[in-house]
Amino acid sequence: MSPLFSQEVPLSWYLLLSAVLFSLGVVGFLIKRNLITVFMSIELMLNGVNLSFVTFAHQWHAVKGQIFVFFVMMVAAAEAAVGLAIIIAVFRARATLAVDRIDRMKL
Amino acid sequence: MNPDLHLWLIPLLPFAGFLINGILGRRLPKWLVTSVALLAPLAAFGVVVSAYLSLSPLVPPVCVTTPCGPPGWVYIPLPYVETCPLPWINAGLLHIDFIFVLDQLSLVMLLVVTGVGFLIHVYSVGYMGDDKGYARSYLNLFLFFMTVLVLAGNALVMFIGWEGVGLASYLLIGFWFQKKSAADAGKKAFIVNRIGDFGFLIGMFLLVANFGTLTFSEIGAKLAENPGWQGGVLTIIALCLMLGAAGKSAQLPLYIWLPDAMEGPTPVSALIHAATMVTAGVYMVARTHVLFDHSPFALSVVALVGAATAIFAATIALVQNDIKRVLAYSTISQLGYMFLGCGVAAYSAAIFHLMTHAFFKALLFLAAGSVIHAIGGEQDLRKMGGLRKKLPVTFAVTTVGVLAIAGIFPFAGFFSKDAILYAAFLQGTNGKILWFVGLLTALLTAFYMFRLWYLTFMGESRGENVHAHESPWSMRGPLVILAALSVCGGWIGMKHFGNFLAPSVGVLPTEAGSTRLELILSVVAVAVALEGWMIADKFYRRKVTKPAQYMAALPGTYNLLANKYFVDEFYGAVVVKPLLAISKFFLEWVVDIGLLGGAAWLLGGIATFAGAILQRWQSGNLRSYAAWLAAGAAAVLLFMFVSFPTIHHMFICATSGCVLYKGGH
Repeated sequence: MSPLFSQEVPLSWYLLLSAVLFSLGVVGFLIKRNLITVFMSIELMLNGVNLSFVTFAHQWHAVKGQIFVFFVMMVAAAEAAVGLAIIIAVFRARATLAVDRIDRMKL
Repeated sequence: MNPDLHLWLIPLLPFAGFLINGILGRRLPKWLVTSVALLAPLAAFGVVVSAYLSLSPLVPPVCVTTPCGPPGWVYIPLPYVETCPLPWINAGLLHIDFIFVLDQLSLVMLLVVTGVGFLIHVYSVGYMGDDKGYARSYLNLFLFFMTVLVLAGNALVMFIGWEGVGLASYLLIGFWFQKKSAADAGKKAFIVNRIGDFGFLIGMFLLVANFGTLTFSEIGAKLAENPGWQGGVLTIIALCLMLGAAGKSAQLPLYIWLPDAMEGPTPVSALIHAATMVTAGVYMVARTHVLFDHSPFALSVVALVGAATAIFAATIALVQNDIKRVLAYSTISQLGYMFLGCGVAAYSAAIFHLMTHAFFKALLFLAAGSVIHAIGGEQDLRKMGGLRKKLPVTFAVTTVGVLAIAGIFPFAGFFSKDAILYAAFLQGTNGKILWFVGLLTALLTAFYMFRLWYLTFMGESRGENVHAHESPWSMRGPLVILAALSVCGGWIGMKHFGNFLAPSVGVLPTEAGSTRLELILSVVAVAVALEGWMIADKFYRRKVTKPAQYMAALPGTYNLLANKYFVDEFYGAVVVKPLLAISKFFLEWVVDIGLLGGAAWLLGGIATFAGAILQRWQSGNLRSYAAWLAAGAAAVLLFMFVSFPTIHHMFICATSGCVLYKGGH
């Protein structure tokens, strides 16, 4: 190993990155109007969490965190498939994707 | 004969009759309903008689242990106790079983209740033929509760019967509930009886507190162990029980419900409000006599109340014009006699009078019912008259009944009334006063009963009774049997009867009486009764003008009596009106508007107020919900950070790379 890589990246950096990603997701979720952007913000939050899972798993030498990440990714993939389908259906029905307008269950 | 008497059958048979007729009565054919209603009391009577036959009450006590009489015949010694095998009430130290006891006292009562009860059932088939079957099923229900009351071996079982007969009485007084006066009379009877029941209940609580048991025999045994225990709490218990008895047996000051109870059908008046239920109070006093024996004060209260009621009710009966009301007041008056008998500790004399009274008063009521039936529901004596030709059987049996209640020798009433008066006379100076009051009451009784007799049957017809007709045989049969009993019922003689009852109610220690004294008193009593007859004869035999003259001469007295001393009005003004006003105020303002309305307004107000605030949350804006969610998550995070230092520590450790859980996984 070269000395450049001999020193590990400190744990707090990963966690900080994870927190930044999560917060970006939260902020995007809160301030964006476009449904697709909101959806992407949710993915961002999930991945922020994933990062911290992996970090801790590495730190504790425990495999549980990694498994959690796989679960989250699988659920996120399924969610993306269903969510995008719903978004398309909503767009077809309402001709808009602004979340403020989509506040009725009924048409 | 089986030594098991199956006492439980006695109440259960009428109850089965009640259930069958009460539930299925409408769907069954009429003859079936009738036969069920009649068979139930008849079968109960049969059980009582068979129990009586398998006992040896009339033979010397030697026979109790060594069977004698017909071979194969097992005699059962009294008192015979039958306990329900299942435990009933077990609360701490208090154990109460469901006990039936057959002794001489309950045997006499049972014979009267089921025997007279059956006769009245037969009568009611004729009398109430057109009405729905309910009356007869209620009559069966009444018999069920009455026999439970009589057979009770402890005060609680008795209380069940006690309340039950009150219920049956309420249902039957208000039988024609479409009539407001009948419904009101039912309510009045029920409420006034509650006052008495309150006394009974308090008495029972005191019994439990002081004796730890409600079983009559155990109470008697405990008192026998401490013969010196007199007065004190025993007086209070006895007076509480006395209040209960006064309510049920229509004594002063709780008698007011009985005259109104005449709104019920006449067989009901005969069965419940003359022959059986109203005597329950007397029976209860006799049953708990050991308590009264240990409290001279309570005994004298009983005697005083009895004597006062006897003369009080008799004076009211003098001027009543409704035939059933005259009989009702005479019932109250006769019950007063029985209380007087109890009060001078002559319980067997009181029970003797109870028995003969059941015969002749049931007879008089049923005869009155026959008259009322014959002339189309008219009850006013002033509109009767001259019915002796048209209703010969009714006339004959009424004559027997009147002679019996007036105490003319040799009819039943003479013996029993005489026994009570004689016992009172032997009780010292106060006893002589009670005796005199009783004698005066006898005079009044003879007068008003013969007044009723003359006004109904003698003279000319004063109403439109052309179509008067004699009743069917189902009504005449019981009348004739009861008339026979009213003649012969007293011939057992007080001495024999007293000896028979002695094991149950004890023998009173009195001043030595003598046959001569008894004879003199009897002659005086009969003379007084005849005097009452003479006066009634003068007043009412031919033209009824004399009463009017007296009415004109003494308008105040007449008014007082005709309005029953204004007792109802007095109670109305002093008790009922204030109570109504208070409860109306309390229910309307405190409970309805204050509590219920207040609670409703409060709940509604809270919901409205909270809703007004919380609705702002529900903006319908997705991002505002998300913002709240994020804020909530942040708040939870912050809270954990602040309040759980370990997590804080863990976080710092995690970020700085230290290893927290060494022995972990």
